Amino acid sequence: MGATHETFSGKVLFLDRDDINTDEIIPAKYLTEITKTALKPYLLEDLKLEGFDPARDISDTQVIVTRSNFGCGSSREHAPWALEVNGINLVIAQDFSRIFRQNMYNCGMMAVELSAEQIEQLFSRFSQGPCTLRTDLAAMTFTFSSTGRESLTLPFSISGFDRTLVEAGGWVEFADSSY
Amino acid sequence: MGKTSAQKIFAAHLIDTQGEDISILSLDRVFCHEITTPIAINDLIERGKDRVFDADKIKAVIDHVTPAKDSKTAEQGKIMRDWARRQGIRDFFDIGENGVCHALFPEKGFVRPGFTVIMGDSHTCTHGAFCAFAAGVGTTDLEVGILKGVCSFKTPETLKITVSGTLRKGVYAKDVILAIIARLGVNGATNRVIEFTGEVIDSFSMEERMTLCNMAIEAGGTSGICYPDMTTVDYLWEFIKDDYTDKEAALADYIRWKADDDAQYADTVTIDVSDLVPVSTFGYKPDQVRPIDEFDSTPVDQVYIGSCTNGRIEDLRAAAAVLKGGKIADGVRGVLSPATPDVYRQAMKEGLIEIFMDAGFCITNPTCGACLGMSNGVLASGEVCASTTNRNFNGRMGKGGMVHLMSPASAAATALTGVLTSAPQDKGE
Repeated sequence: MGATHETFSGKVLFLDRDDINTDEIIPAKYLTEITKTALKPYLLEDLKLEGFDPARDISDTQVIVTRSNFGCGSSREHAPWALEVNGINLVIAQDFSRIFRQNMYNCGMMAVELSAEQIEQLFSRFSQGPCTLRTDLAAMTFTFSSTGRESLTLPFSISGFDRTLVEAGGWVEFADSSY
Repeated sequence: MGKTSAQKIFAAHLIDTQGEDISILSLDRVFCHEITTPIAINDLIERGKDRVFDADKIKAVIDHVTPAKDSKTAEQGKIMRDWARRQGIRDFFDIGENGVCHALFPEKGFVRPGFTVIMGDSHTCTHGAFCAFAAGVGTTDLEVGILKGVCSFKTPETLKITVSGTLRKGVYAKDVILAIIARLGVNGATNRVIEFTGEVIDSFSMEERMTLCNMAIEAGGTSGICYPDMTTVDYLWEFIKDDYTDKEAALADYIRWKADDDAQYADTVTIDVSDLVPVSTFGYKPDQVRPIDEFDSTPVDQVYIGSCTNGRIEDLRAAAAVLKGGKIADGVRGVLSPATPDVYRQAMKEGLIEIFMDAGFCITNPTCGACLGMSNGVLASGEVCASTTNRNFNGRMGKGGMVHLMSPASAAATALTGVLTSAPQDKGE
């Protein structure tokens, strides 16, 4: 798909919970679908989070900011796909489950870790109002902004291999040409 | 410096590195099922790469929804069938021969000590019971595994868990792993391999070791691993007897995958299980665990016995021993899904199926089914299930349902009373 700044920028959805699992991101009953687009209406349908309404809160979102161990549980790549077909290509969290994190980069999407303090800072400053994120892939920075709030720029890092996958648009082509 | 089991397996399979900490490994086994594989197959076709790296190293099964329940699952099965035939995959298990992958593939002798195994299924860690490095992956990793026989892994750290003491009657491998997950937390082993060792593990059968390793992922672990010993050799003997002069020779070969005494661990934990009692999960995370006797009277609507965690013959024996001569409580539905055809057949021979049926259980064919809310026992909103499966996530067995994870013996005891009930124990010790 080829990564651009736009791919990883946009309106931010804050999910204030640890351990959001892939059954919550996309329930197993939808795993009988054999196209990614069919998953679109069901993203986060079973999320256990007070005040969260998927129909209201997901539309027009491009980025998720959440807490710890996002994507734990089932290995289903349907979780990143359900995000992708909803236009969400970037999840920022304190940390991720191994398989979910790998699936994101394998699809050319990004799962980026920030420190617990930085995540807390984002929640306290930006989670109450509409917040947008501008990602600069060259400078490796996130800039968060919200009306009436001072914007915040944070540096981030991903490994060279993760970057290779994002730039290649995923693991299949890279692996087939390399091994 | 000595090596852990995972480090030895990585070193023996390393074909490339990427940056400081990414290892590209060659794969001995790529396992496939019909939920995560069809999209990989279709993507390979779209890319003009409809081929496999080695048809003999790929093993495939239709297990999650079988027989098909609707047109969509029928289509998933068809894609698998057509692909297996087209690619010459001989070990493909369909209706009549199929069972839950992590119970079926070990039964067929497909996993050996020192192997690398991937599957598009998070409970692939089960196969670490054979001292293999076995990890769940997503569909893209699976696709590359099918195509090239390689997979990338962040070089994992190893967490060594020593399980000591003696288990009390009524306490099983399931209670042990739930207690371990409660101790570690659902994130406690992320990016780590868990080596399970100690006198309790040494005394465990292969089935008990599989129950243990199966749930390593519920603490975030990449793979669970048990060291190879004579129990491993005995289990595998019918498949390997032509390769070795005797069992001692097989063990001498396999023991090289055991961690060295001076191996370096990221962390070590010792758990004494002598005082452990039957436990169950509460809430929606598998690290929320407490003794069943400490629950207030908690009525259940359904009891489910089966799955890749606890659907093997020893599990059915343990549950049947509790059920024998009894009846399920009024208003409770009992569902038994033997994990494989061989388990089903053996349970019939031993009279276990009759015990379950006399108690009022419905017996389903081997399938993952209700464990993930797909079929054969999905919960209605507000319903409660005592289950021998591995996940109590919100909505896991059906939207709005509550799942309590426990051992087969405790699930059977719960079926008889209709409220969460411990497996029969020795009292007053």
